[in-house]
Amino acid sequence: MLTAAEWGIVLLSLKVGGVAVLVTLPVAFALAYLLARARFPGKVLVDAAIHLPLVVPPVVTGWLLLLAFAPAGIVGGWLESWFGVSVLFRWTGAAIAAGVMALPLMVRAMRLSIEAIDRRLEAAASTLGAGRARVFWTITLPLSLPGVLAGAVLGFARALGEFGATITFVSNVPGETETLPLAIYAALQQPGGEAMVLRLAAISVLLSLVALVASELLARRAGRGLHVL
Amino acid sequence: MSFDLNLTKRIGETDIACRIEPGEGLTVLFGPSGAGKTSVLNMVAGLVTPDAGHVRVGGETLFGEGVNLPPERRHAGYVFQEPRLFPHLRVGANLRYGASDGAPLDGVDFLGIGHLLDRWPRTLSGGEARRVAIGRALLSSPRFLLLDEPLSSLDRARREEIMLVIERLRDEARLPILMVTHDRGEAERLGSRIVEM
Repeated sequence: MLTAAEWGIVLLSLKVGGVAVLVTLPVAFALAYLLARARFPGKVLVDAAIHLPLVVPPVVTGWLLLLAFAPAGIVGGWLESWFGVSVLFRWTGAAIAAGVMALPLMVRAMRLSIEAIDRRLEAAASTLGAGRARVFWTITLPLSLPGVLAGAVLGFARALGEFGATITFVSNVPGETETLPLAIYAALQQPGGEAMVLRLAAISVLLSLVALVASELLARRAGRGLHVL
Repeated sequence: MSFDLNLTKRIGETDIACRIEPGEGLTVLFGPSGAGKTSVLNMVAGLVTPDAGHVRVGGETLFGEGVNLPPERRHAGYVFQEPRLFPHLRVGANLRYGASDGAPLDGVDFLGIGHLLDRWPRTLSGGEARRVAIGRALLSSPRFLLLDEPLSSLDRARREEIMLVIERLRDEARLPILMVTHDRGEAERLGSRIVEM
């Protein structure tokens, strides 16, 4: 069984992953909606920028976050002067790194489900007297919900596994930024850490597996839910 | 209360033109597939914007002279060619979608759909789904009805059933109805007048 310290690592990982996904969710949905529905110049560039964290080495993403959130950085300076807070070496920073890395996967899943919505249903709703906002809340959003949930679960799994960007951005601070992958890496560096590695690795595999199965089930449900007569 | 249309629209390589003079009852828009009949209904409903012309129903301008009301303010009861029931809502919720809050559903008792309220749209037969779609349009308190091939892909018994419903709407509810069909028999039986496209 896990020791108290290991449980702390698991709980911290869940907290970092959970907060990352919850905060990223509305941003990801807005971007997915924009990419699925809007036409604007530079759309290809926006699409590419969102997908960058998927292809750029995570260390580079972490370094860019570090530049932005450092006390002298664009975002860091603003956070410091307005709120007196810094996310460096904090779990909040780890959540930001995880959120940025999860974003492309979340946008992708949500965009597919928004694109799969039969626009004729929205047209039908508008002829029944529903304005744009009501059409969105009662038709578009519920019909894209399975994709939103699938994207959230996938993003959560990605956030749990985040390593490169996190360690570059907020370093490995036990109890604060030491999530599962960072703890496994640290344990591997210590003589006699194999047993801990085994336990934490088993937990990681289990959590990821649960997330992937949940995502797959939700995606299948999405296929059925969109069945239109 | 009647339709007064004069519309032109270019969609791709096709020019659509339709002129309907004011007249009572059920107007049938008759013509071969691809003539743009559905596009005319979409323009009356506000789902497609005409290039030029006007749409007036019962004296109210819905399009033209600088007016272009959005679909949600046109009060059209539009029954599409495919039922377009919302798949994530049960039949009852589909029927109530356009109805004012708390409005009773008994206004559509004559459609014989009372026993379907708790069903999901995907479990309905073609005829049932069509009747629910008609009921949903009627419950939205429409000022006029647009029916797009309401009898297509139905077997004979269902067709007769829906035809009786349409006749009832035409004769008793006295709503102006614009109906699209490519079936001469349907057009002659139901139409107060026939506009060829």
